[in-house]
Amino acid sequence: MGLAEAPTAQRGDLDIDTLLEIYRRSMLIHKTDARFRAMLTGGQLRLVYYPVRGQEVVSAAAITALNSDDYLVTTYRGVHDHLAKGVPLKDLWAEFTGKAAGTCKGKGGPMHITDPKNGIMVTTGIVGSGLPIANGLALSSQLKKDGRVTMVCFGDGAANIGAAHEAMNMASIWKLPVIFLCQNNRYGEHTPFAKSTSAKQLIDRAPGYSMAAVKVDGNDPVAMYKATKEAVDRARAGEGPTFIEGMVYRMLGHTFGASYTYVPKSFQEEAAAEDPIPRFKKLLSERQVTEATIAEIEGKIDRELEEAVQYALAAPYPDLHELQVDVLATEIAA
Amino acid sequence: MSEAAKKISFAQAVNMAMDEAMANDPTVLLMGEDVADEQGGGVFKTNVGLSTKYGVERVRATPITEQAIMGAAVGAAITGMRPIAEIMFMNFLTVCMDQIVNHAAKLRFMSGGKTHVPLTIRCSTGAGVGFGGQHSDMLEAWFAHVPGMKVVTASTPADAKGLLLSAIEDDDPTLVIENIAMYGTQGEAPPENHRVPLGKANIRRPGKDVTLITYGRPVLAAEKVAASLAEEGIDVEVIDLRTIAPFDEETVLNSVGKTSRAVVVHEAIKAFGAGAEISSRIHEELWGQLKAPVKRVGSKYSPVPFSPPLEQHFLYNEDEIKSAIRSTLG
Repeated sequence: MGLAEAPTAQRGDLDIDTLLEIYRRSMLIHKTDARFRAMLTGGQLRLVYYPVRGQEVVSAAAITALNSDDYLVTTYRGVHDHLAKGVPLKDLWAEFTGKAAGTCKGKGGPMHITDPKNGIMVTTGIVGSGLPIANGLALSSQLKKDGRVTMVCFGDGAANIGAAHEAMNMASIWKLPVIFLCQNNRYGEHTPFAKSTSAKQLIDRAPGYSMAAVKVDGNDPVAMYKATKEAVDRARAGEGPTFIEGMVYRMLGHTFGASYTYVPKSFQEEAAAEDPIPRFKKLLSERQVTEATIAEIEGKIDRELEEAVQYALAAPYPDLHELQVDVLATEIAA
Repeated sequence: MSEAAKKISFAQAVNMAMDEAMANDPTVLLMGEDVADEQGGGVFKTNVGLSTKYGVERVRATPITEQAIMGAAVGAAITGMRPIAEIMFMNFLTVCMDQIVNHAAKLRFMSGGKTHVPLTIRCSTGAGVGFGGQHSDMLEAWFAHVPGMKVVTASTPADAKGLLLSAIEDDDPTLVIENIAMYGTQGEAPPENHRVPLGKANIRRPGKDVTLITYGRPVLAAEKVAASLAEEGIDVEVIDLRTIAPFDEETVLNSVGKTSRAVVVHEAIKAFGAGAEISSRIHEELWGQLKAPVKRVGSKYSPVPFSPPLEQHFLYNEDEIKSAIRSTLG
């Protein structure tokens, strides 16, 4: 707890199984993201896509510190969070392609992935709106004493919206078991952090909410996992919320295909130097993980990904009748 | 004195409904500004005694942060709780529209039915009590226009209790509008376990000459007008919709099918109000049978003013209802 950056010296402390699990989730995200972009380029997909290149590890490490039945709320740039939380790959791809077999029967689409079985409760397309809802999930756990923790992921852009402040204030006074994970990718749409944010760093706001806070190198899987684990333990112990500022880089445009020229070259170079994927590979090599182990993990992902893509492409669209199902509890008249 | 003959106020009815709901179901909770007894049990005293009886965990006084209140209610509802979010004044719903419109109303659909939001939103409003432009609006048409939302309002204490209990037990997000000027209104206490089904109108007064369709506080004016016109031999059927969205089209069309004449009355301003939708549906379905165009009466096109004569002038009135009815009789 506290405002200091999480010590990165603890690098070697994480057990190898956890580390490899974080790597598996990171690569699942990395490869899925790459495949979405490749298929968009190839004209095989039609959707507005928010790339997560550069945010693979922050999400994989943080969410590995949660239990599978812990709750997650995320945003339209959230496919890394969905994958880290365990959404079935086939269901995800079917939703991204608007198919009946999708997580939401094709009705929600990429911006609204919902998979309660894996704790993915809400994905919102409205910047900052997830934080108040996360409080409600956490309040339910607090009242039911079910021991669950709620994590809400959002970006640095959302940290400036009113709803976010209202939610952090409420979470603190009610000591809710919630973790506010701000994945600070340094750009809100096309505007850099410094031009949109009065605070030098977002954790500086946490003392104003009397909230525990930590700023972490989000591209460091060990630091990120440990910081999140501490927040999870605090929440489960009934000691209230934590604000985590995971520092990352958004390595591509706001949406796939959008201009990226507004991002200075120096930022792009800095981001490339800190790229979480090569860094993770280097770490694994330092931990004596063999090439064969890595190839096995990645090969399995490749096979599952291919299967999911083919499954989704072949799957049928929803019946038109579905338009009036799930509007209200009882089916409405056509 | 028998149970049924007991009189209760509208505010008491609201209180009794929440009391009964919380006693019946441990997942029901109430959140809002000043709702606990320590804070006075709500600005209109509708919640008095509830936090003492059920604890401040379930009857939670919140900061003045409507987005946080509504978001917390939405989140709790997704996990299977049945929260009641009290938003002190209807105009304050504008502060948390995102949570209501983009989330509460749409999550069932956008999740393909994986989640749903059994949320009740209570709010108070209404012109005629001197609160001015930001505490008095009737905004029901905004919410009725959002797929996934239900909107109700009562005209009697018994209906207030029955509708609120049905709203709490319903699996869809339901907005319950309470008219401030009616909190003190007395009426017969309903029996325990009384429910008013959502989506069902009530024929308050049967009649054969013209159908008057209304809801909420104007029901009281409509009944007076109907009684007065009866003395002239004009037989008005008064329908209290009770649920504005989805409204009971069947009862309305059956009635107008019989009378061939209709007037819609509401407190909201007439322009783009719920009356336009109801009138339009009647025209679409019964065009050949109508003996006169459907008339609408609403408040005037202006923000709600403060000055008492202006405020009275703003509101619909009995004379306007009477002349609308007469005009349909040619």
